[in-house]
Amino acid sequence: MKKLLIASIAFLTVATASAQSEKYLAAMKPLVAALDSSFNYDALVASANSFQRIADAEKTQWLPYYYAAYCNVAAAFTLMEKPDASKTDPMADKAEELLNKAEALSKDNSEIYCVRKQIASIRMMADPMSRYMTYGTAATQALARAKTLDPENPRVYLLEAQDQFYTPEQYGGSKTEAKRLFELSKAKYDAARPASDIHPRWGKNQITYFMSQF
Amino acid sequence: MKQRLQPFLLLLLLGVSGTAGAQVTIRGTITGSKGQPIPNASIVLKDTYDGATADSAGRFSFTSTEKGNHVLEVSSANYRPLQYPLNLDNPVPELKLQLKEEISELRAVVLTAGTFEASDRKRAGVVLDPIDIVTTASANGDVTGALKTLPGAQQVGESEGLFVRGGTAAETKTFIDGTLVNNFFFSSVPNVAQFSRFSPFLFKGTVFSTGGYSALYGQGLSSALILESIDLPDRSSASAGVSVIGLSAGIQHLAKDKKSSYGFNYSYTNLTPAFEIIKQKQDYSKAPAYHSGDANFRIKTSGTGILKYYGYFSANKLAFTTGSIDSLGYLDRFSIKNFNSYHNLSWKENMGGGWKVNLGISYSNNKDNINAGMTDTDKQEVELGGLEAKNFGVESKGDFINTKAVFEKRLKALSALRFGAEYNIARDRNDYIDFNGNLYRSRLNSTLGAAFGEADIYITNSLAAKTGVRLEHSSLIDEVNIAPRLSLAYKLGKAAQASLAYGIFYQDPERRYLPASGNLTFMKATHYIAQYQRVADNQTFRAEVFYKKYDNLIKTVILNFRESAANNDGYGDAQGIEFFWRDKKTIKNLDYWISYSYLDTKRDFLNFPMAISPSFAAKHTASLVMKKFVQSWKLNLNGSYNYASGRPYYFIDVSNGTSSFLDRGRAPDYHNVSFSVNYLPFIGKKNPKSFNVFVLQVSNIFNIKQTYGYQYSYNGARKEAIVPPSRMFVFLGAFFNFGVDRSEEIINNGL
Repeated sequence: MKKLLIASIAFLTVATASAQSEKYLAAMKPLVAALDSSFNYDALVASANSFQRIADAEKTQWLPYYYAAYCNVAAAFTLMEKPDASKTDPMADKAEELLNKAEALSKDNSEIYCVRKQIASIRMMADPMSRYMTYGTAATQALARAKTLDPENPRVYLLEAQDQFYTPEQYGGSKTEAKRLFELSKAKYDAARPASDIHPRWGKNQITYFMSQF
Repeated sequence: MKQRLQPFLLLLLLGVSGTAGAQVTIRGTITGSKGQPIPNASIVLKDTYDGATADSAGRFSFTSTEKGNHVLEVSSANYRPLQYPLNLDNPVPELKLQLKEEISELRAVVLTAGTFEASDRKRAGVVLDPIDIVTTASANGDVTGALKTLPGAQQVGESEGLFVRGGTAAETKTFIDGTLVNNFFFSSVPNVAQFSRFSPFLFKGTVFSTGGYSALYGQGLSSALILESIDLPDRSSASAGVSVIGLSAGIQHLAKDKKSSYGFNYSYTNLTPAFEIIKQKQDYSKAPAYHSGDANFRIKTSGTGILKYYGYFSANKLAFTTGSIDSLGYLDRFSIKNFNSYHNLSWKENMGGGWKVNLGISYSNNKDNINAGMTDTDKQEVELGGLEAKNFGVESKGDFINTKAVFEKRLKALSALRFGAEYNIARDRNDYIDFNGNLYRSRLNSTLGAAFGEADIYITNSLAAKTGVRLEHSSLIDEVNIAPRLSLAYKLGKAAQASLAYGIFYQDPERRYLPASGNLTFMKATHYIAQYQRVADNQTFRAEVFYKKYDNLIKTVILNFRESAANNDGYGDAQGIEFFWRDKKTIKNLDYWISYSYLDTKRDFLNFPMAISPSFAAKHTASLVMKKFVQSWKLNLNGSYNYASGRPYYFIDVSNGTSSFLDRGRAPDYHNVSFSVNYLPFIGKKNPKSFNVFVLQVSNIFNIKQTYGYQYSYNGARKEAIVPPSRMFVFLGAFFNFGVDRSEEIINNGL
């Protein structure tokens, strides 16, 4: 009986664990899939909230924290036509808090440094004249770290390309260089094999948009 | 055993099957305290995946298969999270949940009355960072030069210091990392304003208070200039500079782990070549020459703590003659040799539990050797009957130790409690040798002890108060004072706010008038300030009215050729209105500000026969500062115009024991138009390695005659305009900075 008990407890534990995992995957998959198609503020905030719910319930998965941070960042980017630090700074703060939790679960992760770079960019864009020295440097350093950690990460080159695209020529931007980087990024996307359906794959659609701008 | 286990297994099975059971719908509305919907609020059934995001009307709805007791958590930026207990065994009625606003640094009202603040957070709106200071055309790269373009400060050009709202320069006290700085400016030279000793690039934060400042600071009747030094540099770098007035070089080393840094700088300044080209009013036998060096280290003591040291020394001398006003055909001779050193060690740390500690200690010493006399036109020493007193020598030495400890406890929201103590020791030795060779010694040792407490109270995002009290004991007069301070701020809308400030400020009698011939007490000023401020979209508007009452100012008599304090019978008041407008928005790449101050002040102090408007106070002062960045040329073009209405001047005769006017009048208005160009060739370079800056600066570009006031001969028979040493001044310099930027290495290694 004792053996049976242990066996049944073991079975139940495995069953609940895999059920949990299935539930986790089922919740994550549609949210991750939607990332490359929704670019409006409300949808991104809703996604951020959904990812955060999963993250806070799971507590041991880095991906939902990472995506929650990314969605906050993406939502903040939609506000950049009329920069307002009082709106975007709290979003950057929140993204950073979530990303720190992701990093505690997954160290030296190139994807996490890509979002770190974006957080620094958001802070800088809110007041470029006075924040360039601090956050411009922080952004460059985060992206350099992301590249060192995984030179094959297509998002590293996508972010580099966007920087080149949006920076005025007088400040060192270059459309030619941007185009080269977009093409490099696209090649990396084509070669990339994400570890699972819910591992980062966002960004590829953006390349199509940018390439149409040349 | 068997029997006991079965219910447990059953329970497990029930539990599993239970999750596949009925769904419960949870719906409702999220609003703020005024009933306004909160779109995008997050609703979470805690520790589950279930939840929703509120729509534009604050509505939400979601289903859950959970059972039993749960907690619904609602959160949204700028609101305090709300926890709401729910039982999901029964249908849940529609919920109406209200969130309370969170008091946040970004949205809360700011206590600004009387202060111009520049800090990392950039909340106060009026911000002068190091770049702002060096690109203010009329500032000549000097911190106080830039502050003079803000309302409240006078355009006094014949002597150094900040003259604020009818106060003397001695009524403005300067603090670096909390502790008092004793010789912030180079030693005074008759009618030639001196620069401050410290580079604007040493400071990351500047608070310039033109009144009503915090109880953490004291001993300035009018104003406090509070400077916070920079933390670790962003990168290691080497720098060098060459200009028409000298050479400089320095290094900064940042440790690999970015937890500590050290650096050294040295500069040699010699005005001989500049004075060859730009003729000075003074005839220099020794043009000003300065050796200055500094050293620093900064160590992170934890994630939040930092220990900082900054040390400085300077040795300089100059000697000149000017035509004597007292006796035609003769010259007045003046020479000064100065040595100054300054050391500041400070430590700040978050102790956890909302506690912060700030400790600081500074030591400085200053030595001046002054020699004055008269010569004939061949530069031969002479002693003229009746004017013997013009031949004298002074050797003065000062040692100063200033310490301060501040403890802060963060309370709910942004509220905070601060308290601490300050203890300053000063030792002055002054030897005066008159024309007969008689030595007059004075030795003055003094201490000042202070204890203070202050509370920031945030009642809501819209209403905040700062209330404090300061207690001081001065050994100079062996008295204790108690100075209350209070300021209030109320938010009038999204961008506008109104503030009030009140405070009592005490100051020791100035050392230069000591020892005194009678018993003295603290000088006292009472400030009342009301302010309106609007900050939005890179535009700042500020209006401030003030009333300041002076009591117990020092009255002086002449004793042993020195003006020395006699009593505290002086008094005075000052009132005025000031406006400030800064706009970075209207024209692209153009940043400009306009300030205007109206000042109505009278005082009876020192040797004044009655209450008069002092000669350092202009009724109207205004500045226009413009900075235009031309991207394609990589040029920063800066212009400024400073105006002050003519200041009054007096000839006060004290020869027969009483003070009386022998002459008085008003100097002409003051105008100054300055222009500077900075060329920044690194802009446009991808990942530049060097950040070189080329500077051309021309002050008083239209060569306008500027008259600060008038001085008189001893007998009052002659008067002469006090003017700048030269009308126009041109500065040309190149500054090189070679960054050792590791992000470059990382990128290269990564590829």
